[in-house]
Formats: sequence, C-alpha cells, structure tokens
Amino acid sequence: MYQEIFKKYRPTKDNLIYILHDIQDNDPHNYVSEEAVQSVSEYLKVPVNHIYGVLTFYTMYSTKPRGKNVIRLCESPPCFIKGCDNILNKLKETLGVESGETTTDGLFTLELCACLGLCGNAPVMMINDEFYGDLTEDKAETIINTIREERA
Amino acid sequence: MSKMININIDGKNIQVEEGKTIIEAASAAGINIPSLCYHQDIKPSAGCGICVVEIEGQPQPKRACCTPAYEGMIVRTNSVELRNLRKMLLELILEDHHVDCPTCIANNKCDLQDLAYIMGVKTEDQGVLQTKKPIDESSVSIVRDPNKCIQCGRCVTVCNDVQTVYALTTVNRGFEAEINTPFSKGMADSTCINCGQCVVFCPTAALTEKTHTDPVWEELLNPKKHLVIQAAPAVRATLGEEFGMEEGSLSVGKMYAAFRKLGFDAVFDTNFTADLTIMEEGTEFINRFKEGGTLPLITSCSPGWIKFMETFYPDLAENVSTCKSPQQMFGALVKTYYAEANNIDAKDIVSVSIMPCTAKKFEADRPEMTDSGYKDVDYVLTTREIARMIKEAGIDFAHLEDEKADDFMGIYTGAATIFGATGGVMEAALRSAYFLLTNENLPSLDIEAVRGMEGIKEAEVDIKGTKVKIAVAHSLGKARELMDKVRQQIKETGKSEYQFIEIMACPGGCVGGGGQPFQSNLAARARRGQALYKEDKDLKMRQSHENPAVAAVYEKFLESPGSKKAHKLLHTNYFQRDKMSGAVVKEATHKH
Repeated sequence: MYQEIFKKYRPTKDNLIYILHDIQDNDPHNYVSEEAVQSVSEYLKVPVNHIYGVLTFYTMYSTKPRGKNVIRLCESPPCFIKGCDNILNKLKETLGVESGETTTDGLFTLELCACLGLCGNAPVMMINDEFYGDLTEDKAETIINTIREERA
Repeated sequence: MSKMININIDGKNIQVEEGKTIIEAASAAGINIPSLCYHQDIKPSAGCGICVVEIEGQPQPKRACCTPAYEGMIVRTNSVELRNLRKMLLELILEDHHVDCPTCIANNKCDLQDLAYIMGVKTEDQGVLQTKKPIDESSVSIVRDPNKCIQCGRCVTVCNDVQTVYALTTVNRGFEAEINTPFSKGMADSTCINCGQCVVFCPTAALTEKTHTDPVWEELLNPKKHLVIQAAPAVRATLGEEFGMEEGSLSVGKMYAAFRKLGFDAVFDTNFTADLTIMEEGTEFINRFKEGGTLPLITSCSPGWIKFMETFYPDLAENVSTCKSPQQMFGALVKTYYAEANNIDAKDIVSVSIMPCTAKKFEADRPEMTDSGYKDVDYVLTTREIARMIKEAGIDFAHLEDEKADDFMGIYTGAATIFGATGGVMEAALRSAYFLLTNENLPSLDIEAVRGMEGIKEAEVDIKGTKVKIAVAHSLGKARELMDKVRQQIKETGKSEYQFIEIMACPGGCVGGGGQPFQSNLAARARRGQALYKEDKDLKMRQSHENPAVAAVYEKFLESPGSKKAHKLLHTNYFQRDKMSGAVVKEATHKH
C-alpha cells in the first residue's frame, strides 16, 4: 500500500525523512504505522530500529494514531513569556484532552512544540499547515470551534 | 605502514600512527585519560565528555576519544579546569542515574562507580532527576533497566555495528532520550538474539542477565532433588577473573571443587558433550560431503547465531547442522542416559548449566528442547551468576584444592576445550573428520589457520588429496558478511566455495560471551582463548573420538553417531522468524 509513495523516491537513505513525511501526510490518522516502517525498511534497506530512532527524534512525526487536525502550540521562551500556558489550559478545557492526547471524536490532537519562527506574533500555534498568531484564550477557543463546525 | 607523527602528551614525546585519536595515542604510551563512554573495541560515540583534554592553541577542551592526533600537537590531560569540568559532567550523569550500588549486579565492576570514587564527586544530589522508567524484563535472557542507563551508546554501537542485530536504538531526544527497542516493545519482541554483547559492553548495570540464582539456591537446598551441573568450555578460562585471578587463568579444578562445595550431586562437564557434538557433527559433515548433501555445513553451537540465522537467513537453515548445542545434548542425556544408568527418577533431576552466554537461557527455554520428556536444561547460569553464588556460599575460590569432574559425563579431550575460542569447533571437527575419513591422525593437530582474532578466517584443508574449503567467523557482523557471500555464491553458481563453516555469535567466541565477566575487550578475550589452547596442548587426549566416555555413551545407549536414538535426543530443527518481532513464523527445517 506504500508502493505509490515509494515510486516517487529512489531507494536511497537520504530519502528517508521525505518518504516518512509523505506516508504520514497520506495517513488518515496522521501517523507512521509499524507496517509502514517495515515497508520503508525493506524499500530502503535501512533497519527498522534506525527508522524508529529517526521517527522519535523529530517531533513532527508521530508513531501513534492522531486526530484529523494536529494542533501544535509553541512552548518556547517568547511564547511562554506571552502566556502560552494560559492558551494551553484553554485548549485543554475546550478539547477535553491533555497535551499529547486525541479527542474522542478523532478531530483534534493537542501537542506542544518548539519555536515555530513567528515570535513577533507570540503566542503562536499551528493547526496542520495553518499558523495562528497573537493568540488570546478567546481567540483560541473560537478557532477550535470554527474548525469543529467546518470539518465535523 | 602508515605515516608516524610526533605529539606530546603531558610533557612526554610520543610517536603515533597518523589517524589515531588522542586517547589511542595516550593509551599506547601508558597514559590513562579518564573516560566513560569510550571503549577501545568500538567506534566512539563521544557522548559523555569525560575524556576532555586541553590542546595547546585551541580555546576549548576537546574530547580525546574522537579528536585525531596531528603533527606537533601538545596535549594536557589534567588541569584545575579539566578536573572541574569532568567532575561537573560526572555529577550531571549521576543526577539522572539510579544509584543503588550496594545491591547492584555491577557493584565493584562499574565504570561509573569507579570514576565517581576516583574523582571524589559529591553524592548528595545523586539520582535527584530520576523519573522512574519501567524496567524491561520481557526477555528470558537480558534485563534492561533504563534508570541505570547513562546513554553512553556502547550497547547501541555493539548491537548495530558489531553484531548487526539492530535491536537497540536511541529513542526520542533531549531529556526524554533513552535506549530502547523499536516501538518500545521490549527485548523479547524485537530482533534481539540474546547474545548479551550489550551486557558486557554496558559500563553500568543498565543491561544485565536475567538472573536465576535464587531458584537454583532453592533447588540446591531441597534434599529431595538431585542436582547435576555442567560447565561450558569457556567458563574455565574466565571464572577466575571474578575472584581476582588474572585474565587467561585456567581454573577448571577449582571450578569443580566449588560446584561440589555448593552442593551439586553430580559435577559434570559440557566438554563431554562438546566431544559428542564433534562425533555427531563430524559424521553429519562426512555424510553430506560424501553423499552430495547440502553444503556448506554450518555449525550450530552458538544459540545467538541460531536465532540470528532464523531471523535473517532462514533460507540457509538447511545448511546449518542439525546437531543441538553441547548444552542441549547434555541436557537431553542427563534425564535419559544418566538417569537410567544410575536409577534416578528423571523428574527429580535438576539440570543446571554454567554458560558464558545469555543466549543459552533462551536456548534452554525453546519449546522443542524437551526431548528427554522433561525440560532438558532446567536452569542456565552465566559465569557471573555462578561467581556470585560461590561468593555467597563463602567459598575462597582462589585457594581451593583442584578436584576432578565425575567420570560418567565429565571426561573430555582437548578438542572439546577449544570450543570456547573462535575457530575451536572447526579445529576439533577437522581433527576427528580427518581421522574418521582416513583412519589416521592429522599430521599436526594444531590448525593455526583457524585460530586468532581475525574476523573471518579461511583455509583449505587437505584430507589425503581431498580438499575441504573452510571458513570461521566470529561476531554476527562478520557472520552476516560471510553468509551474504555464501548466499550470493549459491544464487549465482548453485553452490558455495566453502564446505564447512563455523560461526560464533560473540567476538572472540564463547570466551567473549555475553555471560562472561563485565567489560572485556578483544585483547582480553584473546588471552582467555590462549588459556584454552594451552589446556588442549597439555591434555593427553586431544581428539574427540578418543574420549572413552563418548565411546561408552554410544556403546551403552546411543548405538552409533547419527543413529535413530541419537537423532531423537541430540538433533533439532529450525524455524523462520519475523524480522520485526523475532517471533516464530513457521518451520524452516523438519526434524528427521
């Protein structure tokens, strides 16, 4: 089932992270499964344990199923000074999950991440490929509710 | 020869080969730079920073383990700044280390403990950053305790680069980083083949054998049980180290005496079944060679190699000798041949084996190893475990009077003793195969071509005009190299250039096994091997077919090598295993 993705990349080690991204982006649960790792291992002739090491080193990857929308709230110092912990509490409350968890409806996964490079707009979060800056608690709640209505 | 360069360490002028690191240069000149993650046999991970030195003209201290020496380099290995830096690094490591030295298996054998003691680091903060992580006890051979791990990376390097088993890796990063198996499923659910090289390379006790000393004590203290003990060839060359004897001390007589003092009812020797293995495997080789059977024949004594083969080379399973390992042959005979001959009910026998090996625990637990009608080998203890038992019993090992093993299954030849060193099984097999084929002894019983620490050794043996091409590999990385070649040759030409191959999973063979005293290196392993070759040289009988106890077991019980009964008790079959989990997928060969 990963053959379509493999076709796009030559079987060389330097393609590992691109292939893993491609697999994750095309997975309905936003993650890289064990089966996927095994297939990549066979395609690239890279041992499974190396691939698992890479997957867990980079925070962009997940080895556990995630929601349709992955929220990544920055917790680096500028966002922290500007009160990202209040935003985090609001998100937890609105979603009913702790960080690292997925909502029961499978719509959202809440994650913390390091600097997103938008410190001028701190506090910042990303939902999938979209940035949301200058967050307030109210703004964060509205964003979640909008997505919920749009994509439910 | 490569170019020599001049450097100066601590005021001493040293000539060193270009490309060597500072720590290698220092070590060759007898200067000891404190280090922790560095190990001379594997490539440096440069993780801990303890080996920092000052280099004239360079603003920052550099790690001696990974900084190459250059012409004119001036190095200082000690200064107030370096001492403070090392102390601070050590304190940081200790803050995230579960400190329980008094009850720790590695107590007095721990690099971290040694350094902390020597450098006098303060102790009040030790372990303060600890978050208790779960201990991985899934494997029957090895326990992994991440709370004692200092993430030096030695285990990962040895598992991946030396053994090419790919079971361990560094998972996560930063403060959450730890050594684990893929998907953190545990050692039992990984490609781990239980060789235990991670255990002997670990500088602390983050990786240890799964210990069985308590149940063995219980059996020993139960008067209704009849306890039988066997000890592998390599144990006699290493057990003394645990009692302060020099590397390469042979302590076979003291070993038997200690076993009796512990309370074992029958003191036997795995060497006896090593000789028996040669008769079975030699016969198997001759049959295959004469009758056009599957060649090359590959040895099967090393249980780490067997699981490796089942996982990565199941297509070569037919090439592997059907012979059980000497441990399992012994187990099957103790509860049949020995029990019958001595009127002991097999169910009362507790069969204990002392092995240089952690994979032997896995082997003894394999479900098919019950041909006697019982579990053939009840408990497998490593060299380290039996040493702890001997100490617990208060036995002054180093001053014991030498004793002999009991004759029934305790007589052995020099051919059996060299099983413990890489190339030994091949040498033993060739001695007897030559005799069985020609009725004459080899012109020289010392087959130097298969001895020594070269990763892959090859030779051509002339058996009165018949040429036999052999190869010997030790460490699974070298085994992989050789097996890839064999596989390629079979694919391309239908047959391999080799007729007989010996594989040992551990570097150096069993003397370097995962159950041996902690933290050996290749040079020490070579010295242990030399002790075995010396015993071989000193023994009157040096060929397996000369062993009278082996002749007796055929005469009274097994009939002849390769007989139906011998096949039932002494031979086995292999499986294909999953490349992710190591679980059995299906049979790879059938038991005949």
